[in-house]
Amino acid sequence: MTTAVQAVADVMPQAQAIPFDVDSVRRDFPILGRAVRDRALVYLDNAATTQKPRSVIDAMDRYYEEENSNIHRGVHLLSQQATFAYERARGRIAKFVNASESAEIVFCRGTTEAVNLVAHAYARPRVQAGDEILVTHMEHHSNIVPWQMLCQATGAKLTVAPVTDEGELDLAGFADKLSSRTRLVAVTHASNVLGTINPIRQLCDLAHKFDIPVFVDGAQGAPHLGVDVRALGCDFYAFSGHKLFAPTGIGALWGRRELLEAMSPYEGGGSMIQSVTFEATTFAELPNKFEAGTPNIAGAIGLAAAVDYLNGLGMERIAAYEDELLVYATERLLAVDGLRLFGTAANKVAVVAFALDAAHPHDIGTILDIEGVAVRTGHHCAQPLMQRFGVPAMARASFAFYNTRREVDALVSALGKVREILG
Amino acid sequence: MSELRELYQQVILDHNRKPHNFGPLDTANRHQEGFNPLCGDHLHVYLRLSDDDVIEDIHFDGSGCAISKASASLMTQLLKGCTADEARQRFAGFHAMVTADNDAPVDLEAAGKLAVFSGVREFPMRVKCATLAWHTMKSALDSEATDPITTE
Repeated sequence: MTTAVQAVADVMPQAQAIPFDVDSVRRDFPILGRAVRDRALVYLDNAATTQKPRSVIDAMDRYYEEENSNIHRGVHLLSQQATFAYERARGRIAKFVNASESAEIVFCRGTTEAVNLVAHAYARPRVQAGDEILVTHMEHHSNIVPWQMLCQATGAKLTVAPVTDEGELDLAGFADKLSSRTRLVAVTHASNVLGTINPIRQLCDLAHKFDIPVFVDGAQGAPHLGVDVRALGCDFYAFSGHKLFAPTGIGALWGRRELLEAMSPYEGGGSMIQSVTFEATTFAELPNKFEAGTPNIAGAIGLAAAVDYLNGLGMERIAAYEDELLVYATERLLAVDGLRLFGTAANKVAVVAFALDAAHPHDIGTILDIEGVAVRTGHHCAQPLMQRFGVPAMARASFAFYNTRREVDALVSALGKVREILG
Repeated sequence: MSELRELYQQVILDHNRKPHNFGPLDTANRHQEGFNPLCGDHLHVYLRLSDDDVIEDIHFDGSGCAISKASASLMTQLLKGCTADEARQRFAGFHAMVTADNDAPVDLEAAGKLAVFSGVREFPMRVKCATLAWHTMKSALDSEATDPITTE
């Protein structure tokens, strides 16, 4: 079993030894140099979307300036180059998640579209009244609503695996919910609120005992953890480009070939066909079968450039640096009077959700913003999780590898302002 | 800091800490629930409208940020005794003030006590917080009369 991180480490045996030069990394991200409200930007909203390195911006500019053309249809040179760039991007993304082959990578708009694709093309024809779809209490709305809609359409039932007070998935509770009626498990790799990293391998082993396929929402996992879909043992894995330092409007769904092959297309249109008459259409091979219409070519190229950038830094070094930052941030936040931390799992990505007894999260967000610190406040598209913890909203600081201890200090000092004003 | 103080004026902070007319109104004959799905703010407006359309009493409760709570609290103070039409007009004036351009002059006289919310216009994301109670009040006025709500 090799993880993507190990794979990177194999290529770069010194990876761990090279100190992580965050100042130099920051210079790769043009936006980090800008000011907000006359202060240096402290961007701690990375779970919502990440900033883009120069190399990603350049790759997309270069595509539009030099290679822009439609793919898979022209015989002319530009079309060949665009097709090559798009398919090469797919190959790099396949490698990034350790897929067996690039045909298992379907480009989509993002994780949300991937969930909907699996719900429609995989689950819908296979789910009947009385069947169950199992999710967890810590899912993002995008990994709840499509399944709920599927249940409404089919008469199936959405079942929910419980989350502990620490914000970990209750494994026994999860196992209890699995049954011969369960048709699919949909679970997040890492919680966008609690930061909890779920034990995907273990969950897959449990589900596979009942021959239940597992869909993993990797929107928050992929940016922080080396993803190895084969080591995870899942059946589908999806992630969004914009949370992975790439542009919005692009993402990827990985699926095991036999599952993808057995599925009908999600959308009909150009590119996804082999031949069309008014009587019948034969569909294209994988992965084109799931990519109707002209895709987001520049986005795919940008996503591959982001993956190259991450590989250059090394996911293992990124994870190690972020772990240190998380420990520091947790320590400093816990020292803030009246602060309640949500999510204290043993395995976490660098996300801290909290509330202050003195202030509503929305006021925290505005006061922090005036201090130049960007955080997310609200329900984080996880209303059931807010209900689970008995709060209407939370504030959340979510980190990327370009964040620094200084920025954690800025967050803590801005929280002091909140207490000063509203305390 | 000045920007902060302009938004979080003392009056707003006071109303946030000690909201007026907070809690259900037993004698209400209009009730509406307001919800801001963006941030999770959630409140109820209860009011008693007389036969000649005068707001005899008005209360609110729920959870929300300082801006939404203070706005709801001040609103209930101002609207008690107003006719329904006057209440709608106050809302229109308030709405215009918090959504005006930053450099547009604030008509302090027309705004009256509500002028403390003029800083909100610099924070477009907070306009919904400031207006949630007002929107809810307006729907309550437009709604069908209900039996008085009891806390039993």
